[in-house]
Amino acid sequence: MGEPSFEDRKREQRLVTSRAVVSGVLVILVLSVVVLRLRYLQMDRHEHFSVLSKDNRVKIQPVPPTRGLIYDANGVVLADNRPTFSLEITVEKVEDLKATIDELARIIPIDDKDRARFERLKRQRMRFQGVPIRLNLTPSEVARFSVDGYRFPGVDVRAELIRIYPLSEATAHVLGYVGRINERDLTQIDTGNYAGTHFIGKGGLEKAHEDVLHGRVGYQQVEVNARGRVLRTLEGSPPTPGQDLLLYLDMALQQSAIDALGDRRGAVVAIDPRTGGVLAMVSKPSFNPNLFVEGISQADYEALLHSLDKPLFDRAARGQYPPGSTVKPFIGLGGLNANFITPKKITFCPGHFSLPGQSHRFRCWKRTGHGSTNLEKAIVESCDVYFYDLASRMGIDRLYGFLSQFSFGERTGIDLSGELPGLLPSREWKQRVRKQAWYPGETLIVGIGQGSFLATPLQLAAATATMANRGHFIQPRLARASRFPGADTESQFPLVSRQMETIDSHHWDEVIKDMAQVVESPRGTAKRIRSPDYRIAGKTGTSQVFTIGQKETYDESKVSDRMRDHALFVAFAPVEDPRIAVAVLVENGGHGGSDAAPVARRVIDAYLGGTPLAGPVEASDGD
Amino acid sequence: MATKPISTGAIPSGFDLDLEAAPPSILRRLHLDPPLLLGLLALCGFGLLVLYSAGDRNPLIVERQLLRLSLAFGFMCGVAQLSPVTLRNWSMPLYFLGVLMLIAVMLFGDIGKGAQRWLDFGFLRFQPSEILKLGVPMAVAWLLSMRPLPPRLSWTFLAVILILIPVLMIAEQPDLGTSLLVTSAGILVLFMAGLRWRIILALAVLIAAIAPLVWFFAMHDYQRARVLTFLNPESDPLGTGYHIIQSQIAIGSGGISGKGWLNGTQSHLEFLPERHTDFIFAVIGEEFGLTGILALLVLYLFIILRGLVIAARAADNYGRILAGGLTLVFFVYLFVNVGMVTGLLPVVGVPLPLISYGGTSMVTLMAGFGMLMSIETHKK
Repeated sequence: MGEPSFEDRKREQRLVTSRAVVSGVLVILVLSVVVLRLRYLQMDRHEHFSVLSKDNRVKIQPVPPTRGLIYDANGVVLADNRPTFSLEITVEKVEDLKATIDELARIIPIDDKDRARFERLKRQRMRFQGVPIRLNLTPSEVARFSVDGYRFPGVDVRAELIRIYPLSEATAHVLGYVGRINERDLTQIDTGNYAGTHFIGKGGLEKAHEDVLHGRVGYQQVEVNARGRVLRTLEGSPPTPGQDLLLYLDMALQQSAIDALGDRRGAVVAIDPRTGGVLAMVSKPSFNPNLFVEGISQADYEALLHSLDKPLFDRAARGQYPPGSTVKPFIGLGGLNANFITPKKITFCPGHFSLPGQSHRFRCWKRTGHGSTNLEKAIVESCDVYFYDLASRMGIDRLYGFLSQFSFGERTGIDLSGELPGLLPSREWKQRVRKQAWYPGETLIVGIGQGSFLATPLQLAAATATMANRGHFIQPRLARASRFPGADTESQFPLVSRQMETIDSHHWDEVIKDMAQVVESPRGTAKRIRSPDYRIAGKTGTSQVFTIGQKETYDESKVSDRMRDHALFVAFAPVEDPRIAVAVLVENGGHGGSDAAPVARRVIDAYLGGTPLAGPVEASDGD
Repeated sequence: MATKPISTGAIPSGFDLDLEAAPPSILRRLHLDPPLLLGLLALCGFGLLVLYSAGDRNPLIVERQLLRLSLAFGFMCGVAQLSPVTLRNWSMPLYFLGVLMLIAVMLFGDIGKGAQRWLDFGFLRFQPSEILKLGVPMAVAWLLSMRPLPPRLSWTFLAVILILIPVLMIAEQPDLGTSLLVTSAGILVLFMAGLRWRIILALAVLIAAIAPLVWFFAMHDYQRARVLTFLNPESDPLGTGYHIIQSQIAIGSGGISGKGWLNGTQSHLEFLPERHTDFIFAVIGEEFGLTGILALLVLYLFIILRGLVIAARAADNYGRILAGGLTLVFFVYLFVNVGMVTGLLPVVGVPLPLISYGGTSMVTLMAGFGMLMSIETHKK
């Protein structure tokens, strides 16, 4: 680039200056057009607009839709709307908040709790959206305020529908709850459609089906006086109400699952294998969701949040636990399918297993060993060594490929917000997350469902349902259909399903027979729950909470309560024509056979109508 | 004209204050340009007055706006201290920073209201397209000032690519308003650089040819709806049309002298939506009438003409075309907003510069004015 001459510079400067002048002229021209437009609006049509402005008494107000209700399979109302009156302050319109509230308190009782809630909600409000200072006004309080209301600009009584969950704790984790719309929600929603709506689903079904439950906003034209108060309603388009949700959930079954768990922490998920419909979904302990609807107090919230029992935690869909021996039938099926074993093949269990050339001993839960073990015995007595051997021969890649078809390691896709995917370990996962190569020893641990392998009770139930369906995976669903309030027709939610790789029906027969033997054989780990009325296929499991050293033994009495193993049980029944698949988790419960299996039996009894299981069960010897 | 020989253009002398003759004032040493500073202060002062009324006398709104304004003025002063050489050296790094952040938004951004525009840093949310409102004109000015003006066709082409990369990404978010503003910022710098008229003509024809394609293939439904509503506001009296109808009633009923400060019925009975943000111009029209609006427009015109004078008098090509481009973008802001509120243009969410309530664009605008001041005051 040559040094530009003085002449060139002069010319460039003239060029830019001329452009500046042209721009200036253009700016003035465009502004003149604006001024002409303003002259037209403000002088030529001033009379017209003046009249319009004076007559401008018609305001357009949004009319929020009524939120849909939620019903169980038998029409029991799980989420209802209750009409209430509340006293609201539009903060932006009030000059001295404190004085206003003090003055209000002379007409209508307002206590410290009300004030605290007001302060809390005020911080999260949308602009120009009223904040409630008192809820649940009585009719006489409403009357008192309407007499004195003119003295309080910016304070209004509002009639609104408040969500109520009549069954409270029994449905808390499934339904979730609604809460006031806050700034963060605002970024996620179509604000036009939520003009006038104050509540939005914050979790569970309420959040997952928000679009169905909410409906579409309507508008009305209202005539207002010079102070902005509404005189009468002229016309408008009514809102489209939210649709009711009809669930697969059966409250009677839900309640029996809750009762069966008793005071223990844990989860129960029951699925109808034919539809994928969730019949019961329990996480204990639970909480009262009604506290959250109008804004829970700080103290109550802290108490729930910091409780050692974690009542807010949804163990059914968000609790991730090592699935333990409950995965053995699935792995056995994979072994049969890929010809690594036959039903007759024998593995000798001396009580421990070592990889060739390594001294590390992987132990069987039965220290003395199971001796000669075929697949049936390995499932019925839950032999670890058999599955160490099978897993090590199949290899992690094949295990991963097979188990993931049962939805292990990925979300089942249930219509519930916040479901977690568990973890099915793989070479790729270990490299990505731990930046390490896969060790053969880890394959063995996966083979008995421990270590990094994690699954939610929901996943276990879905996998068991897939087993009952012989390879047909149906996405679990809570909501069966939606229906406009009062309408006769309902619209069914579509079933989402997929077929696993083709597996010889003999293999299914073998594994399902072995699972039935877990309950029916005198040596079965769940023999105590055998029912006279129908046949159950099941598998017990123990989910290790902490690891024992090479030389130590797991001694229940020495381990503190919260470090004790979790008890697991998966089952479906009847074996011939499965109608229910269940997964039970009892946190720190100890043994699958003695602690989790009876819970499953009671749930299946409640559903199929069997003779109740009698008496307490003695401790089991197995895993 | 009583100034140095440097101002060769036929600039109206009223805006060309004779400052060099006097000994360097304190403002001068602080690298602030008195006429521009005065204009901006007057404008913002008037803005606060209007905001007090438009925000229903809520002192909190005025307080927050004052805080933002102080921040923005501080930013302007800071930028003014940098020499044009520094600005020039930072042009491309700023541009690339902006583009990188746009990519980050695409990958990790928050999806709000169907549009993905924000980067969330936890404590604050930030819109990277703001950086590019300055980054694009700076980069184009940097590119074009490397060669003699006017730019040749190949350099024009390079400049267009510099503009298009971020604009397409912003339009993808989708944010039509901002992508239009960023495009015009780049093109206006090209214009100031002396882009030949026949190329300008060709571009105009090209845009006219592409417009139908954009309409059918690139626009989202809601964007199309806005244009349709603009053509016929009565067709949608509940949605966007409502804004346009109500704002015209507000302005029209203001008449010549207005209804008086704090007395606008349209504004205070809440007929006028978004009255303290995008539609604040209608409040001015209603309460201060044509007289008030003319005064406001004269104030804007003064700032714009002063900016153009600074451009014409700048020491080098970079300063000249950047100053001109930034000034003209300011005008585009003004026109898009006023055009929208008075019904001349479709509803595009662009605030009235330096007056509407809200912070993001204010800092960018004032940083731009800081550059103008730097260009004016760092001359030898």
